[in-house]
Amino acid sequence: MRARYTQVSAAVLAAALLASGCGGDGGGDGTEVEVFSWWTGGGEEAGLDALIERFEEDHPDVEFVNAAVAGGSGTNAQAVLEGRLQSQDPPDSFQGHAGAELQDYIEAGYLQPLDDFFDEQGLQEAMPDQLTEQITYEGSVYSVPVNVHRSNVLWSNPGVLEEAGIEESPETLDELIDALETVEQETDAIPMAVGAQWTVDHLLESVLLGSLGTDAYNELWEPGADWDTPEVTEALESFEQIMEYTQEESAAEDWQEASRRVSEGEAAFNVMGDWAAGYFDEVGATAGEDYDWAPSPGTDGTYMWLSDSFTLPEGAPNEDAARSWLELVSSAEGQDLFNPVKGSIPARDDTDPAAYEDSAYLSEALAEWQDEPELAGSFWHGVTVGNRWKNDVDTAVGLYLGDGDLGTLQESLHEAAQAE
Amino acid sequence: MSRDSAQAGADTATERRPRPRTPGRLHRMRVRSRTWLPGLLLVSPSILLIGVFVYGMIGWNTSLALSDQHAPVQDGSFVGLTNFVELWQESRWPAAVGNAVVFTVVFVGGALLLGWFLGLMLDKGIRGEAAFRTLFLAPMAVSFIATGVVWRWLMNPAPAERATGLNALFVQFDLEFLVNDWWTAPNMGMAAMALPAIWQLSGYIMALFLAGFRGVPEELREAARVDGCSEWGVYRHVVMPQLRPVTLSAVIILGHMSLKVFDLIIAIAGQQIVADVPAVYMWTTVFEVRDPAKGATIASYLLIAVAVFVIPYLVWTIRKERSEGR
Repeated sequence: MRARYTQVSAAVLAAALLASGCGGDGGGDGTEVEVFSWWTGGGEEAGLDALIERFEEDHPDVEFVNAAVAGGSGTNAQAVLEGRLQSQDPPDSFQGHAGAELQDYIEAGYLQPLDDFFDEQGLQEAMPDQLTEQITYEGSVYSVPVNVHRSNVLWSNPGVLEEAGIEESPETLDELIDALETVEQETDAIPMAVGAQWTVDHLLESVLLGSLGTDAYNELWEPGADWDTPEVTEALESFEQIMEYTQEESAAEDWQEASRRVSEGEAAFNVMGDWAAGYFDEVGATAGEDYDWAPSPGTDGTYMWLSDSFTLPEGAPNEDAARSWLELVSSAEGQDLFNPVKGSIPARDDTDPAAYEDSAYLSEALAEWQDEPELAGSFWHGVTVGNRWKNDVDTAVGLYLGDGDLGTLQESLHEAAQAE
Repeated sequence: MSRDSAQAGADTATERRPRPRTPGRLHRMRVRSRTWLPGLLLVSPSILLIGVFVYGMIGWNTSLALSDQHAPVQDGSFVGLTNFVELWQESRWPAAVGNAVVFTVVFVGGALLLGWFLGLMLDKGIRGEAAFRTLFLAPMAVSFIATGVVWRWLMNPAPAERATGLNALFVQFDLEFLVNDWWTAPNMGMAAMALPAIWQLSGYIMALFLAGFRGVPEELREAARVDGCSEWGVYRHVVMPQLRPVTLSAVIILGHMSLKVFDLIIAIAGQQIVADVPAVYMWTTVFEVRDPAKGATIASYLLIAVAVFVIPYLVWTIRKERSEGR
């Protein structure tokens, strides 16, 4: 534990030193490459380390500077990054969620288009069309996806379900609500575990997708989309019913605690992204015994995805080295080094399935991904909407958690869509 | 007193020096400059730095708040007080202000009462006063983040059957009616959020009050007692009226901390609407939504709110210093 803290603080310190020193030396001599991310713990850090090791083997003359900033889902890192970009002191490459979350950077002119890089490396062919389409902004791509996570996963505890007498995983939202009621009646477990406010946003996107279907869900995130429809009302009503089965103390817990409740049999269900599988492994839970999974109700055949990607900032001091880095993270080999450790599947569909065989979840997820599922972008994880819209939704959901007024929630969601 | 004698010493020192042959205007200027120039040189770096980094930044912030620059890349033009008005038309801002008000009232009131009470107890003289003083002051040394992490666990809102933290303690002692939602309760949850802050600062307030109590001359108390005043009456009519300055300082110190509260909230609740306060909202607006004008508007409101506390205090201190002839 202490070693990790030391590493993290060393990384942060290195970032700070570099940030202060970089302006002076001008860089550009190709002897180092600074990569900025928020991967400082668990599988994420281990995956990054595997990539770094490989990079240093391939490029012994280039010094790798790991400028990782700690903090959940990148909030702190993004604040630090914003400062560096504004003061024209960019790292050579930085991590970001692929999709609309990068839009602000693109509009500000911080990022270089990577179309030539995509052609050179044949990435258009190697990645699913729908994926590259969803990360294209005004005809260009600006980031290289390294992995794919799935957001719409319903985790469950087989023991609790057995006790409640539920044999099949619920396939529609109505079935889910019935199952939640059964769990409430038959067992002492929490029917649906959620955590702090953002995990409720996460649940909401899965419910919207499950109720509306893939196309209608994707259309919701077009600027000016109409949220004031009976279909959305119906989806939100299901959402409200599901929320009635969540635990009272959810606001004081983060996603790990909510997921842990499932693997330890304190709760029956939890909707969380597939990084929960990595977390279950970490806490020593066994797939099929302590936890099981299914697509969240009503979303079978659809992959609600999000992706971590790397960019090439405008004015990167060591552009050549940065391109070598992007080459590594976009290659099949690099993705197979990174993803099994991080607990995600590769964004390319030509990688080696054998690398993922150790994890029951990952091998199944990879098979599904390569089976050309329909794709929906996760709003909360930055695929479909930019930060402003995402934040408006978050605020509306937070206010709803306080006052329980579903009408106001729908109104605010509609207004947020009109504001774009 | 000591300053006067130092002045006198300095005067004799100049007199002792041999008189220059040509006493003129130039010389007088040099002598005079010798008195103010070194001082000015000494403080000018800090005047410059404060001018740029405090007042310059306040100016920049204000001009941003009065503009419509709602994205980092776009240019803004002057829109007057539009941003200041629009903030009140949304639902998040008034809720955040409401939360800050509840937090401030409970925190300032609670810390004052508890600090005053502890100070009173110590003033009455108990065995091992020094030990108690240290004990009560100790929480001051802890950062709000650390306090928050511990109290986040203590104030776990789980119901009786899954209780941890303080709720578990209540269950243990058959006080289940006390089991509550703590800070996750909508509306009044911020009152619970003030508890860790009260815990942290009441010791400091105690020290302020204790110094105040001790500053009241024993002769005054004696005189009151001779006139037949009860012990409570001594405090009520003799000691308390003399504590007004201390109380005022305490209110200002607590008040301005409370309005700016950020780290405690982040450590306990993170970014959730149920515990939203203006400082957290500002952080979200600037670093996540990336809306400079709106962020600057919230910052301006924070500055105004703090100024409401601090400016009267400064005026009062300066007046007091003048009237004491300093």
